[in-house]
Amino acid sequence: MSDEGVNSGRRNFLIGATTVVGSAGVVGVAVPFVGSFNPSARTLAAGAPVKIDISKLVPGQILGPIPAWRDKPIFVVKRTAEMLEKLNSENQRLADPESERLQQPEYAKNETRSIKRDVLVLVGLCTHLSCSPKFRPAVEPQDFDENWIGGFYCPCHGSKFDLAGRVYAGVPAPSNLEVPPHFYESDSILVIGEDGGVA
Amino acid sequence: MKRIYLAPALLLTGLLLPGMAAASEAGFPLAEMEPDIHDQASLQRGARTYLNYCMGCHSLKYQRYLRTATDLGIPEDLMLEHMIFDENVRIGDLMENSITVENAKIWFGAAPPDLTLYTQLKGGPQYLYTYLQSFYEDKSRPFGVNNMLFENVGMPHVMADLQGQQRKVCKQIPEVAENGGEMMDPLTGEYITEEICGDELIHRGYSPLELVEGSGSLTPEEYDQVIYDLSNFLYYVGEPSRLERERIGVYVLMFLAFFFIFAYLLGREYSKEFH
Amino acid sequence: MASIQESFKNVMDWVDDRLPVTETYEKHMSKYYAPKNFNFWYYFGIFAFVVLINQLLTGVWLTMSYNPTGEGAFASVEYIMRDVEYGWMLRYMHSTGASAFFVVIYLHMFRGLMYGSYQKPRELIWLFGMLIYVALMAEGFFGYLLPWGNMSFWGAQVIVSLASAIPFVGEDIAVWVRGDFNMSGVTLNRFFALHVVLVPLVLLVLVVLHILALHEVGSNNPDGVDIKKHVDEDGKPLDGIPFHPFYTIGHDLPGTVIFLFIFCAVMFFYPDGGGYLIEHPNYEPADPLKTPELIAPVWYYTPFYSMLRAATFPLFGLDAKLWGLIVMAGAIAIPFVLPWLDKSPVKSIRYKGMGSKIFLALFVISFFILGYLGTVHPTPNKTLLAQVCTAIYFGYFLLMPWYTSVEKTKPVPERVTMK
Repeated sequence: MSDEGVNSGRRNFLIGATTVVGSAGVVGVAVPFVGSFNPSARTLAAGAPVKIDISKLVPGQILGPIPAWRDKPIFVVKRTAEMLEKLNSENQRLADPESERLQQPEYAKNETRSIKRDVLVLVGLCTHLSCSPKFRPAVEPQDFDENWIGGFYCPCHGSKFDLAGRVYAGVPAPSNLEVPPHFYESDSILVIGEDGGVA
Repeated sequence: MKRIYLAPALLLTGLLLPGMAAASEAGFPLAEMEPDIHDQASLQRGARTYLNYCMGCHSLKYQRYLRTATDLGIPEDLMLEHMIFDENVRIGDLMENSITVENAKIWFGAAPPDLTLYTQLKGGPQYLYTYLQSFYEDKSRPFGVNNMLFENVGMPHVMADLQGQQRKVCKQIPEVAENGGEMMDPLTGEYITEEICGDELIHRGYSPLELVEGSGSLTPEEYDQVIYDLSNFLYYVGEPSRLERERIGVYVLMFLAFFFIFAYLLGREYSKEFH
Repeated sequence: MASIQESFKNVMDWVDDRLPVTETYEKHMSKYYAPKNFNFWYYFGIFAFVVLINQLLTGVWLTMSYNPTGEGAFASVEYIMRDVEYGWMLRYMHSTGASAFFVVIYLHMFRGLMYGSYQKPRELIWLFGMLIYVALMAEGFFGYLLPWGNMSFWGAQVIVSLASAIPFVGEDIAVWVRGDFNMSGVTLNRFFALHVVLVPLVLLVLVVLHILALHEVGSNNPDGVDIKKHVDEDGKPLDGIPFHPFYTIGHDLPGTVIFLFIFCAVMFFYPDGGGYLIEHPNYEPADPLKTPELIAPVWYYTPFYSMLRAATFPLFGLDAKLWGLIVMAGAIAIPFVLPWLDKSPVKSIRYKGMGSKIFLALFVISFFILGYLGTVHPTPNKTLLAQVCTAIYFGYFLLMPWYTSVEKTKPVPERVTMK
C-alpha cells in the first residue's frame, strides 16, 4: 500500500474524532456496569431506619445481642454516673477529645457524644480497618493499657477508644468511632438511621 | 459501499420481524386497548384501584411501593397515607399481601396468582382489560358470575358494584347477505334482522353480553376508564423500567448514528485504498 | 516527542525479548494479509466476536445478582430487572445477545457454505467452527433454564427427556443429567455452573483455535482463489491487504456500528421480540404441574426441533422417539464432515455449477421453513412439510459428493475480482 493519495491531515483528524466519540461510547457502556454495583432497591429498603427498645438496658451494660443497622453492628451503652464522671478525666491522652472531626451528627458533638447524657450510640466498627471493637467497661489495668478507665478495645490492631467512642492518641485508628444519625421516638424507643428532623 | 451497510440492517430486521406480530389467543376476541405509561394520572388512578380492589388477594411481590410511588409521581407520604393500609409496611417493601395459599385454596379453589408479571405473561394488557369487561351472571358458579374470556373462573366479580350485572343475551342483528353485506329491506330501508345467540354473536362481531341498566354505580364509559387505568397500571408494573429503557434507547441510537458518521468517514479513508 | 517514541520502543524491545508481543501483533493484525475482495458476508465473524465479549461481560455482571436455586432464581431475575440499578439493561443485553449470537453465527456459517470456506486446506477451521456452534447451543440451552420461568422449565424438560429415547440406559441418563427424578433446583444449580464456567471456557479455547487455524492458512474469499499464489518481491500477496488497519477500520468499524445500532434498537425497544426472544410463559415461575400450551424452544433451535418432531413413524425396528433423537443428532453432526463431502474442484458458489446452487438454495429455504415450523403446533400437513424439509436438509449433505462431482463448473480467475 503506497501513501499516494492519502490525505494524512484529514485522516489524522478523523482518527482523532472517531477516537474521542468512540471513547465517549465506551464510557457510556461502562455506566450500567458501574451503576449496578450501587446498593440495590432491596438493600436500600433493608437499610431503612431501625427501632430499638432500650427500656431493659441496665446502667453499665451494652445492649445485646448487638442490634444492626445497614448490617453494621450498633453499640448502645447506658453509662453509669461513675463512668460519666471519669469520662473526661484523661482527655490529654485522646486524639480528638473535642470531637472536631465529623464523626458524629451535630447533636452528638458534646462532651458525652450523645443526646441523652447516659446513653451512648455508636457504629461498632473501628475507624482503622473496620473490625468490631470489644466493650471493656471495667476500670482496671489491661495488657494493652495499665491505666485503663474503661472503653472499647479493638482486638485486630490494638486501637483504643474511651466510653464516648473517642480514640486514644498513638493507636492505628485515626478518628473517633462514628455516631450514627439517631433520635428518641419516646423515652424507651431509639430510632437509628434518622435524625427525626432535629439535624 | 453504502449498499453493503444497508444490507445487514435489512437482513437482521427481516429475521426479527416475524417475532413482532403478537399472537392473539383463540376464542373470545380481545378488546382493543392501547396502554400509555406516560399518562401518570391514569397510572395513579390504576394504582389506587389496584390497592383497593385487587391487592387483598393478588400481590405484586416483585414490585416495591417506593418504586411505584417514584415512577408514578406520588409523594412518599401520600403513598403511605392513602395507599398503604398495613401500618407495619414500610415504603421500601415489596407489595405483598397477607393472604395465605391455604386460605386462598379454600376460598377460591386456587391461590390467586401474583399479578406483577401478568400483562407480560399474556403478551400485553389487552387480556386483562377484556377480562374485566367480560363477567356475566351465572347462577351455577360459586360466586354467581362467570367470564367470557376465562371460563369457569374461580374469582368473584370484585368490581360488580361499579360495573353492574351483565347477562348473556340473544340479540337482534342484521342478517348477512350472500355478498357479505348487511341485508336491508328495499322498501322501508330498515335492516332485516335475525335473533342470534351465544358464540355466533361473537363470530358476527357482536358482544353476547348486555348490562342490566342502572345496576352499577358507574356508567359504562366510567367503568371502562377504571379498568383501562387498572390495566395500564399493571402494564407499567410488568416492566417498570420500560420508560427508562425507551428514553435511554433513543439516546443510544442517536449516539450510534452520530458515531457512524465518523466511523464511516474514517473507514472510507482506508477502504478507498483497496476498493 | 522523539524521546517518548524512543522510550516506548525501548519498553517494547524489553518486552519482546521476553514475550513475542510485537511478533504476535504483526502476525495476526498488521501483517496478516487478507484478500482485498471481502464483501458483506465477511462481517459476521467480527460481529460474533463483539457479541461474545458482550455475553461474557454482562454474564459475569448478572451472576452478581442472580440466585441459582429453585426457590430464588425466578425472583432474583425480577430483582435484577427492578431493584438493581441498570439491572434491566444488563439482562436485556444478555438475552438479546443470545439471539444476536445465533443470528450472526448462522450468517457466518452460510458464508462458509457459499464460498467453500471449509474446503481444503481449511477443514480444521470448519471443524473448530462447528464445535463452537455446538458449544454455543449447549451454552444457550443451559442458560435458558436459568430464569426458571415455566418455559425454561418445560423446554429443558423436553430436551433432557430426549435422552430417555436411548434404549436401555436412556432413563438413567436423563436422571443422571437432572440429578433428580424430575427437573429441579438441583438441575438448575448444575446448569448454572456449566453455563457460567465450563462452557464459556471451552468456547474461548475453541475461538482461539478457530482464529489460529484461520491465520495459519489465511482467509478464503468470495472468489475462492488462493491469494498466496501471486506475491510481490517481498512475498506479500498482491491481492492481500493488511488486516489492520484496512479491514479493522476500513471495513469492520463502520459495519460494527451498524450492527450495534440494530442490536440496540432491538434491545431497547423490542427486548422480548414479541415473545420470540423472551417467551411469554417465561413470565410465570417454573411449575412442574402446569405445561405451557405450546412448548417451543427459542427460535435458534427450532429447525432442529422440527426435525425431531418430523420423526413420526418407526423404521427398521426402532421407534419414532428414538428416530427423532437420531435425526436431530444427525442434523447437528452431519455438517462436521462437510469438508470431505464437497468434491468440487472450485470453492466459491460463483464458479460452482447449477447443482450446487440449487441445493444450497433449497437447503436455506428448508432450514427457514423448519425454523418456522418449530414455533407452531404440528398438524399433519405441517409434519409432512417438515419431513420433506428434513429430507432436503440431509440431501444437501449426503448428495453433495454426487452433485459437486458431476456438475459443470465455471473457470476460476487467477486473481480476485472486485465485484
